[in-house]
Amino acid sequence: MNKVSKKNDGVGWVYSDIVKEHFIHPRHFVTGEQPEWEFNGVGEIGSPACGDVMRIWVRIEKGRITNIGWKTFGCASAIASTSILSEMVVGSGGMEINQAKKITAKDIVKALGGLPSQKIHCSVLGDQALKKAIDDYEKKKNKKL
Amino acid sequence: MIYRGNNVGARCGVPVRIIIIMNKKRYYFDYAATTPVDQRVVVAMEPYWFKKYGNPSGLYFEGRLAKQVLDECRQKVAQLINADSDEVIFTSGGSESNNLAITGVLAAVNNQGKIIVSAIEHKSILNVAKYWQQRGVTVEFCPVLSSGLVDEKKLAGMIDKKTILVSIIYANNEIGVVQDISRIGRIIKKHNPKTYFHTDACQAMNYLDIDVKKLGVDLLTFNGSKIYGPKGVGGLYAKKGVRMEPLIMGGGQERGWRAGTENIPLIVGMTEAMVIARRICGAEAKRVVWLRDKIISRVLKDIPDVVLNGDKNKRLANNVNISVAGAEGESLLLYLDEAGIAVSTGSACSASDLDPSHVLLAIGQDKALAHGSLRITLGRWSGEAGVDYLLSVLPKIVERVRQMSAVNN
Repeated sequence: MNKVSKKNDGVGWVYSDIVKEHFIHPRHFVTGEQPEWEFNGVGEIGSPACGDVMRIWVRIEKGRITNIGWKTFGCASAIASTSILSEMVVGSGGMEINQAKKITAKDIVKALGGLPSQKIHCSVLGDQALKKAIDDYEKKKNKKL
Repeated sequence: MIYRGNNVGARCGVPVRIIIIMNKKRYYFDYAATTPVDQRVVVAMEPYWFKKYGNPSGLYFEGRLAKQVLDECRQKVAQLINADSDEVIFTSGGSESNNLAITGVLAAVNNQGKIIVSAIEHKSILNVAKYWQQRGVTVEFCPVLSSGLVDEKKLAGMIDKKTILVSIIYANNEIGVVQDISRIGRIIKKHNPKTYFHTDACQAMNYLDIDVKKLGVDLLTFNGSKIYGPKGVGGLYAKKGVRMEPLIMGGGQERGWRAGTENIPLIVGMTEAMVIARRICGAEAKRVVWLRDKIISRVLKDIPDVVLNGDKNKRLANNVNISVAGAEGESLLLYLDEAGIAVSTGSACSASDLDPSHVLLAIGQDKALAHGSLRITLGRWSGEAGVDYLLSVLPKIVERVRQMSAVNN
């Protein structure tokens, strides 16, 4: 938690600089109803009443996630955590799905340089949405077989 | 020499310093949260830090000087609210005044009796009421209509022989709804003349009538930080004859109701702020109401799926509160902040619990919509240029957040 921005200029953010960067410039988010590229897995988590909903689309090829897209209804940390997750997954040629399934909320918080403690439970849901998207892909694949 | 240096610092004032640090223009739309201190207030307070620093309890010259100023302030404040000076208690702020009103009145009857508070009270009433409820006091929460106005029929039905206190916020801090305090006062007294009526008038002080006799209240809370005065100072009007115990005990200051050496500079500051606020009250209300209505009409016209929270007419001159479907309030707030605009939200993300604003839930708004609420409040330094800038930026930010949102509106 010591990375949470506490710069002594009196105007520091509640969030870390990494959170701010991903919030202001979110990566891989989908503007339309769904991605324009072909996806083969989708997962959603959260509820509007709780103030956070995340939807993640993935393209999985040969056991690797080659493309990812997301939409998030939520606060700055919700947006930033989904954004950084998308980078973790498709950076360096696409993550293997077995590895992607192992990503935890803790990993996301760490990558973000920490989050205020009350934010972690409500806003870091991307790992679960990703797992659901992978499950969705696997279910569809098994049906085909 | 030191004194002269301080004087220069005081005149430079906080706003100038902020601009230097930020190095970009800021547009402040959160006057309901707090107001900058008026420079005239800063000047009025100035002698009481170093030159006239005495303790009003002292019998020597310095003490007598401080006592004289304290008495003058009390008299001025009393006059502004049409009370006697021995009915004014100075406190550390609105929260303390609200705590004193509830807990003090309860303590005087050994916690025997019922209290009624509205569902849209400030947290410094609501949480005190809940605290005592958990400790066995009968507490009832009076519902409000979808407009935010107190359900007066239900309130009338709640008042009984045991009711010792009713507390209703004059102008709500979130949605700006203005209650008909004098009518509610008459309802209360009709059903039980012995029931005390308290109102939190912190937000009302800048724009509304605060004559305690016309309002028919027994207790009234006000403070400095919402009226261009200093933070950390407030007051409670307590009508003669009101039985109340102190929260802070000690040296018996404030006629035994609030111990602690009186904070003369802050009391002087709040008094000066109140004098100015009451003097320009009418003209200022007229000026900001025009800006408020421009924001409301333009936002409702330019942005689809936006609702105005709180009664359209019975609302504070400076308050706009909207809910934006499919967009989360904290995200909107922080993108606006990046654009140089300061507003606030009733989204859960601004609080420590997960529920959105209790006020929005009390007016029957569903949670999803309440998460997308924004409060825009105007004040003495709000102008048309700032409002136009806000109106040019807000639709773009809403569009961007909605584009990213996983909730269809």
